[in-house]
Amino acid sequence: MLHAFGYWVTRYRRTWRGSIVINVLNPLLFLIGIGAGLGALVDDNAPAQIAGVSYAAFFAPGMLAAAAMQNAFLEGSAGVARAAGFGAYRSATPTPLNPEQLAAGHLLFITFRVLIASAAFIVVMAAFGLIGGWWALGALLGATLTGVAFAAPAAAWAVGVRKLRHIDTVFRFVIMPLYMFSGTFFAVSQLPEWIRPVSYLLPLWHGVELCRTLSLGTATITGSSVHIAYLLTLAVGGFLVARVTYRRRLHP
Amino acid sequence: MVSEHPLVEARDLSKVYPPRGSTAEFHAVDGIDFEVQRGESFGLLGPNGAGKSTTMRMIAATSPISGGSLRVLGMDPMRQGPEIRARLGVVTQDDYLDNELTVRENLHIYGRYFSLPRAVIRDRATRLLDFAQLQEKAGDQVETLSGGMRRRLTIARSLINEPDILLLDEPTTGLDPQARHILWDRLFQLKQQGVTLILTTHYMDEAEQLCDRLIVVDHGRIVAQGSPRELITRYATREVLELRFRLDDRDTATEKLRTSALATGGSDTDGRVELLADRVLVYTADGEAALAAVHAMSLTPLTALVRRATLEDVFLTLTGRSLIE
Repeated sequence: MLHAFGYWVTRYRRTWRGSIVINVLNPLLFLIGIGAGLGALVDDNAPAQIAGVSYAAFFAPGMLAAAAMQNAFLEGSAGVARAAGFGAYRSATPTPLNPEQLAAGHLLFITFRVLIASAAFIVVMAAFGLIGGWWALGALLGATLTGVAFAAPAAAWAVGVRKLRHIDTVFRFVIMPLYMFSGTFFAVSQLPEWIRPVSYLLPLWHGVELCRTLSLGTATITGSSVHIAYLLTLAVGGFLVARVTYRRRLHP
Repeated sequence: MVSEHPLVEARDLSKVYPPRGSTAEFHAVDGIDFEVQRGESFGLLGPNGAGKSTTMRMIAATSPISGGSLRVLGMDPMRQGPEIRARLGVVTQDDYLDNELTVRENLHIYGRYFSLPRAVIRDRATRLLDFAQLQEKAGDQVETLSGGMRRRLTIARSLINEPDILLLDEPTTGLDPQARHILWDRLFQLKQQGVTLILTTHYMDEAEQLCDRLIVVDHGRIVAQGSPRELITRYATREVLELRFRLDDRDTATEKLRTSALATGGSDTDGRVELLADRVLVYTADGEAALAAVHAMSLTPLTALVRRATLEDVFLTLTGRSLIE
């Protein structure tokens, strides 16, 4: 597993500077644009709707979780499908490494990438005074777990995908709508009542809630445990399925 | 002790791919037997889709067998895959090199997959780059290499673990003639060093150059086996007369030939006539005499060529089809 991980790190060494710049710039622009622009509008007109904090403080942890989801999904789907079709998995298949080890090594690397990107995001949040202290560490782990909960099932599916446009379709029709119904930009309590139970089933909602309560300091043991259990189930379940699908694709 | 046993031993080996979507169940390999001894250079010759690559994957312990038995280096590929793969070198049809990494980094990463210490990889990489004539390219990104260089790098990479057996799947497909000859030279050098080679090819000249012994496969079955020389002696005549006719009198000419003494052999028991899309082949012990007979029938071919029989002719005899279609 570590040798497979090592491959991705070797590649990352060529591109990490650029990718860190993006990891910092992205949330910076988002927080300036949404936090200061849209946030001013929201705060002036409907301050009570969002738990009595500034819109920026409400929105930032939601975006943290959603960004972790998006990065992890893309790396876990398109990255995996490419590696399985004509990339790293193919060159490693004739070596002693097993398909299961290739899955574990790549997921470990994706976890590492999500961790770095989330850390950059949280540093920017802290610079805006939106998070601080030990809560930041909690939010970092929460965001990383959210990412893995998407990366593992995505990898389990994508290793068998032969047409990359299928990934585009899933991104557009599954991942993007999750933003809307998981309380990223606005609280789920603002949605019509009948649709709220659906939100509570969505994995991103659990990620957003976990990160938001940790970042606002309102987390409870029970609430956080439920979110963590839900996300862990997805991550572990995804990995167990990936072990099977990786072998099926790489050792046909 | 191990050298007493064959390095690879297949008995009634088969591979069935289950039905997938609209494609029916497919018997890629349909009960084949063969052995490969240490130091031997063994070939699988056959057209595309004959089951060569599937057989190679089963030997490489990257595809489970469906039936029969297979031993590789005395081990069971189904249960000891990683142990077997640790001692094999594999050159796949597509090279799957990492374009974004340098030549040396590609070797390094690959060596790490075998858990080799960094210092060992460094030493071997230097030697292998020498062997592959890529010393000057060591620091270049793989993207900049030519097709022949990529292939040589793939072979160098496959040798990083000093394998007992080197598996090569269509090693020179897609290369220009000069690059092929350089590659053959490298492979011949490995053969001289006693490395056991197993290779698939649909080029008869490649099989003749590199293989001590080969099996001819078609539709997942073995149709013949032996050394290239033996196969030619057994399944083809000493010489072949190749004739091309003008389009408008091709049909009458081939009809005449088919009913002539040349087709039934006459005094020459193995003699016969094969009609291909673009030419007519006359199998005979004496090509010049056959050509004289053709002229005596008052046929005037556009071109006439007398050559030695090759493995291509063997394949044609056995299956009634050309290797490359």
